[in-house]
Parts: sequence; C-alpha cells; structure tokens
Amino acid sequence: MQKKIVFLAAFLTAGITGDAGAEGDAVRGEKVYNRCIACHSLERNRTGPKHCSIIGRKAGSVEGFTRYTDAMKQADIVWTKEVLSEFLAAPRKMVPGTQMFLKVPKLEDREDLIAYFEKASADPEICPQN
Amino acid sequence: MRKAPSLLSRRSFIGNTGKLTLSATAVALLAGESRLLNAGRAEAATSDDIAILNSALGAEQEAIAAYQVGAESGLLSGDALNLAVQFQGHHKEHADLLATTVGQLGGNAVEPMAKYEFPVDQLKNQNDVLRFAAGLEKGAVSAYLGAVPLFENRDLAKAAASILGDEAMHWAVLRYALGENPVPGAFVE
Repeated sequence: MQKKIVFLAAFLTAGITGDAGAEGDAVRGEKVYNRCIACHSLERNRTGPKHCSIIGRKAGSVEGFTRYTDAMKQADIVWTKEVLSEFLAAPRKMVPGTQMFLKVPKLEDREDLIAYFEKASADPEICPQN
Repeated sequence: MRKAPSLLSRRSFIGNTGKLTLSATAVALLAGESRLLNAGRAEAATSDDIAILNSALGAEQEAIAAYQVGAESGLLSGDALNLAVQFQGHHKEHADLLATTVGQLGGNAVEPMAKYEFPVDQLKNQNDVLRFAAGLEKGAVSAYLGAVPLFENRDLAKAAASILGDEAMHWAVLRYALGENPVPGAFVE
C-alpha cells in the first residue's frame, strides 16, 4: 500500500512539473548546447558562468564569475533539473532582470541539454575540478 | 568626424510607441547617421532588447580579446595573422555599434571583462588558434540566430541578422583555413 502511495505521489509530481524524472539524450544535448556557446562553456567562465556541475548548484554562486546580475545573485534558486528546465523555457520570466535571454522552448531539447550537463559534469576529462 | 553608428533608424524612434523613455543623450544620438537601418517599422524596443544587445556586446568583447591573444601568440603568420586582425576589426565595429545602441535605448553598455579565461595552454600551433577562433565564431552565429526572432524592435532584428552573416563568413573562412568544409550544411543552427 505504501509503495502504491509513493508511486502515485511521484506520478502526480511528474504530471505537475511536466518533465520531472524524464531522461534526456546527452548526445543530442551536446548539439543543443551549440546554442549556448557564444556566452557559456562547460569548464570555464566566459560572459556567462561555466556549466560544469550546474545541477544542484545554487544560482549566482559560481566562484570567480563576476558578471552576475543583481537579479541572479538575489534569486533564491537551486538548479535542480526541474528548476533548470523551467528557467531554460523562459529565463526572464523566472528571473526578471537576468542577462540570459535565449530560451529553449522545446521540452525535449531541455531534457537533452540537462542530460548533457549531467554527463559532462561526471566526466573528469571535461570537468576536472568537479 | 564620423558620427556614432546606430542600429536604430531615426524613423523607428520617432514612431516609437513609448515602451522606453529616451534620455536626452539618446535623443541627441538619434540625429546621427543610421548605418544599418533606414526603413524600420515603428516599433518600440524593450528591456529584453537591451539585455540581448548587451549579451551580444559581451560576446563581441570576448572575441576582440580572443583575437588579440591569437595575434600576439606568435603562432599566427601570413594570411592567418591578417585574417585574425581583419576579423578582430569587424568585431570591434560590431561592439561599437552595439554599445552605442544600448546607450541610445537608455541602457548601460557592459564593459569588457578585466580578464578572460581563454584556454591558452591548449593553443600550441596555428591550427589550434584558428580552431579556437572558429569555435567562437560558430557560437556567435548560434547566438545571433537565437536572438533575431526575440527582438521586439524589428530594426534590431535586421541588424543582428546582418552581424550574423558576417560571423558566418568568419566561421566559413576559418574552417577553410583549417582544411575543413567551409560550408558544412545548408542551414546553420
């Protein structure tokens, strides 16, 4: 009975967020990441902060990155997969005032991109300090 | 003396429906020549437009700094060095234009970063530098492609598309210099 309740709760949560627990395609996500590389890199800060180990990180907290907007510094957000997906869908809706303007409107693309972040972050060749 | 370049046509601003209040300085700048835009529709720019322009400006500033590193690396010579210097000049023109336009819209143009984290330890020869530059240009193409449909002001979208074309040419030439297919597909993404 307890298992059924847990399953039901997980199912309902997934229904609310739309993509919680969904697994993306990291290989395809690397291609989606091409949209980001004018400002971001996985392993180094550029005009945007680096993305290694972004999942689970507090927003506005990358060491050495000096270009955070006040909006992002003050946003009380942790980049869970679900929160990151919502942000990528409409960055300036979630964090008004953020410099980030590019949207990733398709859910599949966001899932793939997040899968790529996870895979790359776990690879010491790409993200050696994580 | 050359007047300040602008991404925004004068007519566009005169017909502005008023989403932004122009500063006196911006109004004065509007009297300047419009380099890219002459027949814009009467649309307003928004704070989102300023954010997009500033993001583009930041990327252009990074490209200027990257080409400087490449030019001073001692790894480029001849045609490759000439290309780097020429392309850097284009990025400087883009940056000047973007910064002026942000100012015209009442925003504050971002300043270049005090320090850029370039992967200089990975640049061992001319091809490494050209490949690094090609990556930056590819990223710029993608960014402008993403930005064009987001601009509220269609004059800005047109101007961004113009810059996109220039970045795409840079990317193609750098790929050619690397011995790669300069135009690998019918579409960019």
